[in-house]
Amino acid sequence: MAEIVLDKLTKRYPDGALAVSEVDIEIADGEFIILVGPSGCGKSTMLNMIAGLEDISSGELRIDGQRVNEKAPKDRDIAMVFQSYALYPHMSVRENMAFPLRLAKVDDATVRQKVDEAAKILDLTQHLERKPANLSGGQRQRVAMGRAIVRSPKAFLMDEPLSNLDAKLRVQMRTSVSKLQKQLATTTVYVTHDQTEAMTLGDRVVVLRSGLVQQIGSPQFLYDNPANLFVAGFIGSPAMNFLPGTLEEGRLTTGLGSVALSDRVRRLAEAANAPREVIAGIRPEHFEDAQLLDASAKAEGSTFAATVDVLESMGSDKYAYFTIEGEVATSKELDELAADAGSADVPASGSQLVTRLSAASSAKEGEKVDVWFDNDKVQLFDPSSGKNLTYSE
Amino acid sequence: MTDTGTHADTRTGPDTVVATGGGRVSTGTARKVRWGIVDIVIVVYALIPVLWTLSLSFKTPEAQTDKKFFPSEWTWQNYKDIFTTNEFVRALINSIGIALISTLIAVVLGTMAAYAIARLDFPGKQALVGVSLLIAMFPQVSLVSPLFEMERNLGLFDTWAGLILPYITFALPLAIYTLSAFFREIPWELEKAAKMDGATPAQAFRRVIAPLAAPGVFTTAILVFIFCWNDFLFAISLTSTTASRTVPAALSFFTGASQFEAPTGTISAAAVVITIPIIFFVLFFQRRIVAGLTSGAVKG
Repeated sequence: MAEIVLDKLTKRYPDGALAVSEVDIEIADGEFIILVGPSGCGKSTMLNMIAGLEDISSGELRIDGQRVNEKAPKDRDIAMVFQSYALYPHMSVRENMAFPLRLAKVDDATVRQKVDEAAKILDLTQHLERKPANLSGGQRQRVAMGRAIVRSPKAFLMDEPLSNLDAKLRVQMRTSVSKLQKQLATTTVYVTHDQTEAMTLGDRVVVLRSGLVQQIGSPQFLYDNPANLFVAGFIGSPAMNFLPGTLEEGRLTTGLGSVALSDRVRRLAEAANAPREVIAGIRPEHFEDAQLLDASAKAEGSTFAATVDVLESMGSDKYAYFTIEGEVATSKELDELAADAGSADVPASGSQLVTRLSAASSAKEGEKVDVWFDNDKVQLFDPSSGKNLTYSE
Repeated sequence: MTDTGTHADTRTGPDTVVATGGGRVSTGTARKVRWGIVDIVIVVYALIPVLWTLSLSFKTPEAQTDKKFFPSEWTWQNYKDIFTTNEFVRALINSIGIALISTLIAVVLGTMAAYAIARLDFPGKQALVGVSLLIAMFPQVSLVSPLFEMERNLGLFDTWAGLILPYITFALPLAIYTLSAFFREIPWELEKAAKMDGATPAQAFRRVIAPLAAPGVFTTAILVFIFCWNDFLFAISLTSTTASRTVPAALSFFTGASQFEAPTGTISAAAVVITIPIIFFVLFFQRRIVAGLTSGAVKG
């Protein structure tokens, strides 16, 4: 167990490409921290730098207060779980898990006891004598975890450990990883591109974009107060809706009409010196079918009428999709997110709006419906810098 | 061995068809017969000369030219003759020693070189691979005369080292090529995992990479051994006495009982004897060449 400090950590490749740029993170002892971001954002590079598998170009990495930049992976006493599991195919499950202990020259009795213990925790006892080739994906994943936990390292590093599992197993393993981490209370750095894992697993989430830290905070804080457009668009599923708008005397005009901002939002926007042209962001759950609300509730927001393009009923709620005519919100951050999601090439006229309505809503595809939204929950972003103008600590 | 394996596979195809459509039974049988004939032709083509040599080795000197496939009178005399001559026994020892030492050195060097080529990015890598390929393609016969001169000046002529050196030189490209293909198949993440588990680079190589590359190493060992064992050109050119003459070269010095008699029987017996180590070598290592040893290492 240990605290890990990344002090202006930078990775520059020989060809000049900057993979990780001056990253400062302090990971507390026992903390579960998530590195998240689209592919190519430098999250795996960062993990490999902590592991010692990649050289650090500049900056300092400290584990337990000690500089470890020059130390080989084996001298850092940290364990890693790989995306591909990287099990040794010529060894049985028992030998795989015992491998780190054998290298550390632990005596046979202790090795046996520790492996049995880890196998029990991970429910692998009956598979100990089998070879990895004869195991299912979930079992292999657990062996990889077992190999990491047997020697009680200072920290765990996990590189998208669940991404090769099928959806159902992934959900199941997600909870067991979380339970295991709490049980062992070992500092864990977890890399993922899956924002559900990011939201559910970690104590804190670090959002990365092309090697730069965008924001660090608890999942809920990041969700409620994204520092910029990138974080706002990346965290949350379905993603936040973005509409271009103009700000005039406390009123916001977008494709949804002109609405008066709540006092709280207006004050924040004024304090941030908001420009006239802004991008408004509203999360899908801040919409509701106007028919289901009473007059007093309706008064706290605004209502617009639109035709439902597509309606997806999830049982617990309904997702209604609308097309809002007019300009599409554009910014570097949003383009990047679209490219990562693979939706950049989807042709669209006007911007698409996703709303989450309650299951009781009578909205039907192709019919007009009155939709209400909470104008206190509207977030405003600067289109040029991407900064959140309504950010509050 | 692998041949019969693939044939069996192709046969299962029509068999399953038979179960569903009764009208295709004849097609399945015809296919089997066709493959059977092809198999037999190939086996006969490959084995007749070997069997002929075997037959000659059991014939008496008088029967050598009787043109019969089976000896009318079986005799061990030819085998007794070659093992009583000091020349052949000595050549056999030379052959085994030289081939084993060359194989060992070539495989060890080749393993290290192939690992570097497969894993590391170092300046001049492409040039190195290119040059080693060039050596393999170079006609050996054009090198014999310079080698002869060089070895005589260096005092290597007619010594074991004098043969081992050129054998290693020509076997290495082969070894490097075969082995680097095997190394490329091994997921690199295994090595990273070993490092994270606390292994030094040497331990990672020895305990994780080497065992996984074993099938490749054995395959290469077989190929290199056969190459060294069968060589005649260097063996005849770079040796002059029994001190280092290997069997293929020694065979050409066999003489008959009288100067008017061809030593066919003894040569055949010697040829049979030197085939045996190759068969053993292949059988011994073949069991270790297990395909798909790395399955289960990464994802699934």
